[in-house]
Amino acid sequence: MTDPDFAVEVHDLRKRYGDKQAVDGLDLSVHRGEIFAVLGPNGAGKTTTVEILEGFRNRDGGSVSVLGADPATADRAWRSRIGIVLQTANDQAELTVHELVHHFARYYPHPRDPDEVIESVGLSEKAGTRTRQLSGGQRRRLDVALGIVGNPELLFLDEPTTGFDPEARHSFWDLLDGLRDTGTTVLLTTHYLDEAEHLADRVAVVRDGQVIALDTPANLGGRNARRAIVRWTEQSAGGGPVHHREQRTDTPTAFVRDLATRAAVDGEVPGLQVVRPSLEDVYLGMIGEVPAVEPPPDGRPRTADKDDQMEDVR
Amino acid sequence: MTTSTDRVGPGSTTLPSTLALGLARVGLEMRQFFRERDAVVFIFAYPVIMLGIFATVFGQDGGTVGPPPGIPFAQYFLPGMIATGVMLSSFQNLATSIAVERDDGALKRLRGTPMPATSYFLGKIGQVLVTSLVQTALLLVVAATLFDVPMPTTASAWATFAWVFLLGTATGCVCGIGFSSVPRSGKSASAVVVPVVLILQFISGVFFQYDSLPTWMQNLAAVFPLKWIAQGMRSAFFPASAEAGEVGGSWQHPATAAVLIVWLVVGLVVGVRKFRWQRRDDS
Repeated sequence: MTDPDFAVEVHDLRKRYGDKQAVDGLDLSVHRGEIFAVLGPNGAGKTTTVEILEGFRNRDGGSVSVLGADPATADRAWRSRIGIVLQTANDQAELTVHELVHHFARYYPHPRDPDEVIESVGLSEKAGTRTRQLSGGQRRRLDVALGIVGNPELLFLDEPTTGFDPEARHSFWDLLDGLRDTGTTVLLTTHYLDEAEHLADRVAVVRDGQVIALDTPANLGGRNARRAIVRWTEQSAGGGPVHHREQRTDTPTAFVRDLATRAAVDGEVPGLQVVRPSLEDVYLGMIGEVPAVEPPPDGRPRTADKDDQMEDVR
Repeated sequence: MTTSTDRVGPGSTTLPSTLALGLARVGLEMRQFFRERDAVVFIFAYPVIMLGIFATVFGQDGGTVGPPPGIPFAQYFLPGMIATGVMLSSFQNLATSIAVERDDGALKRLRGTPMPATSYFLGKIGQVLVTSLVQTALLLVVAATLFDVPMPTTASAWATFAWVFLLGTATGCVCGIGFSSVPRSGKSASAVVVPVVLILQFISGVFFQYDSLPTWMQNLAAVFPLKWIAQGMRSAFFPASAEAGEVGGSWQHPATAAVLIVWLVVGLVVGVRKFRWQRRDDS
């Protein structure tokens, strides 16, 4: 089952907490060298899955291979080949950036140069600063520095930019783009669509503990999901109510040409728009299209939220 | 894959030695400890401050303790403060710091690295040993220079001091590691650990003369290590004539060693079985 071309292979993974089936037959393969994003709403099972892959949690069923080993029984040598950036932490408050990165480098057989790592995450000017005095974004960069200083073959990033302002997020993406060039395999969880779109070679959408879609960001949801939508308005002759019309089509140009001949008023089609669904539209359609076990009582659709804490509360 | 060609396979990887990482951890733990103001005041400086206050107040005008000629108050108080220092630096220090590290994610972060668990504990125990030695040395210097407390003159008294100190510290360390699983959060760690330590101080003959305590309180204290560490320290720092003044009529060295070793073993078993790298709600 361990194909050397895959950094991660997961088949039929299962994990239950009490009466909640957090992971329910999940399948996943991550190629070496790719940046792979796991996308999904709150409580979809993203963090549980990743923490099983990291060896922090035990699974109830299924097979897992990470760098050719089972994380549940993996040893120090295996740990030295992976890097882990957990969800936000506030530990090690009294130590400086320089002390921490240099200290953690000692744990690994073939670490990167700690000063270069500090430089690469943009913390050179903060090297002498204690962790407690760093901003949220700087703190997260330090987490990444500690995750990559061991020169990992595979890096796990669990919601690395939650709570960032847009500028911090973009500079963080630049940091990860730099990592891509070193050939490090990255498995990233996020609930930001633009993040997955920007960074990931492939995206898996997880809902209710299963992968419901897996593709490149551009092709996610299949061709049908990305068909153009033509929108316009129509008013009945004699001044009745205005109707909003919408048509999905593979041939928007032909459709609009035809529309112009039958629906135009003084040569113009009222309210004409031709749009292609964004990744976000596709994603929201995906996680909303089949109700969960049962729809919430107020009938509101499930949406991706800011916070994924639900996965940790039980 | 281009990136995997220059990497070393798992079989030929030489990992840093557990001992070397343990020593590196000691350095890091020392820095963390002495940068934490609460720890420095309430664990490191506390016995020295208490010795200064008590010896000054009760030692005025040549105050003594016990039947005449009695033992000068500072000399009487010193062994109790050394015992308290041992307990604070080992038990209270580890029980609170590990509880906080478990809660704030430091332990989980370390668990995700190839650092062996043994190195982590070596770091903790090394930090306790260094801190406790410096603290005790400071107590002795303050007692000897400011309060004219006579230091032991025989090798056997120093040997007694050494084994009580080391066994007491070892017991305090393993019990502290075991007890770190009791507080439910990092915030509550001090609130859970400090009262335990404080009550033991009051019933173990650290602040009050042990023989003036009610019998039931003496019996209760005799179950726990602090009473025995304090008694062992008295045997090292008191004149031989004071032995008759002990409740048991003797220094009870075998009983001291036995109680401390029992706690050492119990603490070790509980510590190994109950130790967790993650919070209870995170598994």
